[in-house]
Amino acid sequence: MSKRTIGSERVKRGMAKMQKGGVIMDVVNAEQAKIAEAAGAVAVMALERVPSDIRKAGGVARMANPKIIEEVMNAVSIPVMAKARIGHISEARILESMGVDYIDESEVLTPADEEFHLLKSDYVVPFVCGCRDLGEALRRIGEGASMLRTKGEPGTGNIVEAVRHIRKVNSQISVLSTKSNDELMTFARDIGAPYELVKEVKELGKLPVVNFAAGGVATPADAALMMSLGADGVFVGSGIFKSESPEKFARAIVRATTNYEDYALLAEISKDLGEPMKGIEISHLQQDERMQERGW
Amino acid sequence: MAITIGVLAVQGAVREHLLALKVLGVKAVSVKKAEDLEGLDGLIIPGGESTAIGRLIREQGLEDRLHSFHKEGKAIFGTCAGLILCSTDKSHKTDDLRLGFIDMEVERNGFGRQVASFETSLNFEGIDQEVEAVFIRAPYIQSVGPDVKVLATFDGKIVAAEQDNVLVTAHHPELTEDYAVLNYFLDKIGK
Repeated sequence: MSKRTIGSERVKRGMAKMQKGGVIMDVVNAEQAKIAEAAGAVAVMALERVPSDIRKAGGVARMANPKIIEEVMNAVSIPVMAKARIGHISEARILESMGVDYIDESEVLTPADEEFHLLKSDYVVPFVCGCRDLGEALRRIGEGASMLRTKGEPGTGNIVEAVRHIRKVNSQISVLSTKSNDELMTFARDIGAPYELVKEVKELGKLPVVNFAAGGVATPADAALMMSLGADGVFVGSGIFKSESPEKFARAIVRATTNYEDYALLAEISKDLGEPMKGIEISHLQQDERMQERGW
Repeated sequence: MAITIGVLAVQGAVREHLLALKVLGVKAVSVKKAEDLEGLDGLIIPGGESTAIGRLIREQGLEDRLHSFHKEGKAIFGTCAGLILCSTDKSHKTDDLRLGFIDMEVERNGFGRQVASFETSLNFEGIDQEVEAVFIRAPYIQSVGPDVKVLATFDGKIVAAEQDNVLVTAHHPELTEDYAVLNYFLDKIGK
């Protein structure tokens, strides 16, 4: 067999680049996965419960039953992602052994480690992680994340936190690009980010990995908003299968993500969708109900 | 000769192709709608998810225009998902879009899932040096018709081919700084 190098940074980050401009949808069974694929999802996230149901169920949220993940993997030809708890090495290794295409080290699940994230560079499978600001983004990349998503507030159907987080990351990148090189070490210290990555972001003028938006996308207009704020694509968790007509919402959100600046078309595809998921006002969440606070 | 190349921009690694074209000093534009193809000398169909791109080609009203673009003899280059979309792939069982520009059957995800994705170097017909090749959940070409020229194989599987004005690769030249395959494509337009 000819020489092949697996699990390289280029191969792991490259996979995320192929997802750009697309929608990644949460699904809890094979049937939903097929609906997502037919609607034009670029990947599905296999879960036991969507985030809004995790909120309702309470208790400890863990990696999904491997049987569900396997069913989803067998049902569709698009990539399948799955979530592991923050710092849960064994859940991550189990998912890797199953051949899932991407692991989300996710604050939607109850963290397994309140101090350390996974050393993601150790794995062949690529990881996506959440971030709320540039420091958090670069810490995750430093650990080996190949893709990021701004966290938002999962399971709320409220876009406000997703907007806050992508604006924060973007504005910190703008500030960084105006810094002179002799200011970078202090900047790195202040945001708690690895110096080498701060230098790289300054040179590139952008993050070195793909960055999707997540946590609150409920309508085609929400998806378009995140794209216009500079997201490379969107994750939709509860927004599709907690809406009145999941197939229509799924297709409309896919089209909106591609055509995010075509407002007449956005108006057209937003008609006749039925009710979106019911949202939650963020200020009504208790501090310990805010999933975005998980991660360090 | 100043040429303009379009990159199909409904989903996938669009920016990487636009940047590579820019590095080579070629004018590059994004193509989202049928009218965006006017005046172009060639089109790149990028990597992404072939099911999503195929669905969006139809919904954007691009399918017929892509066929006429092909019939006009304009150059087309498909990478990975683009390869799948350019195939005839008569044996595929779904109603996923196949444009049929190259007479070939394709095995989607033929090299396996993401954990099996890899990089290597390839001998490429018509290019003197080995080319850097990144394969991501890549397809391979199972069989080709009589008018198709095979350009590269890996472990006995066909991974690059051309038929008339259409070039396809299972790997992603746009993820590397090796521009040999892109130059090969641009030379086709010069002919």
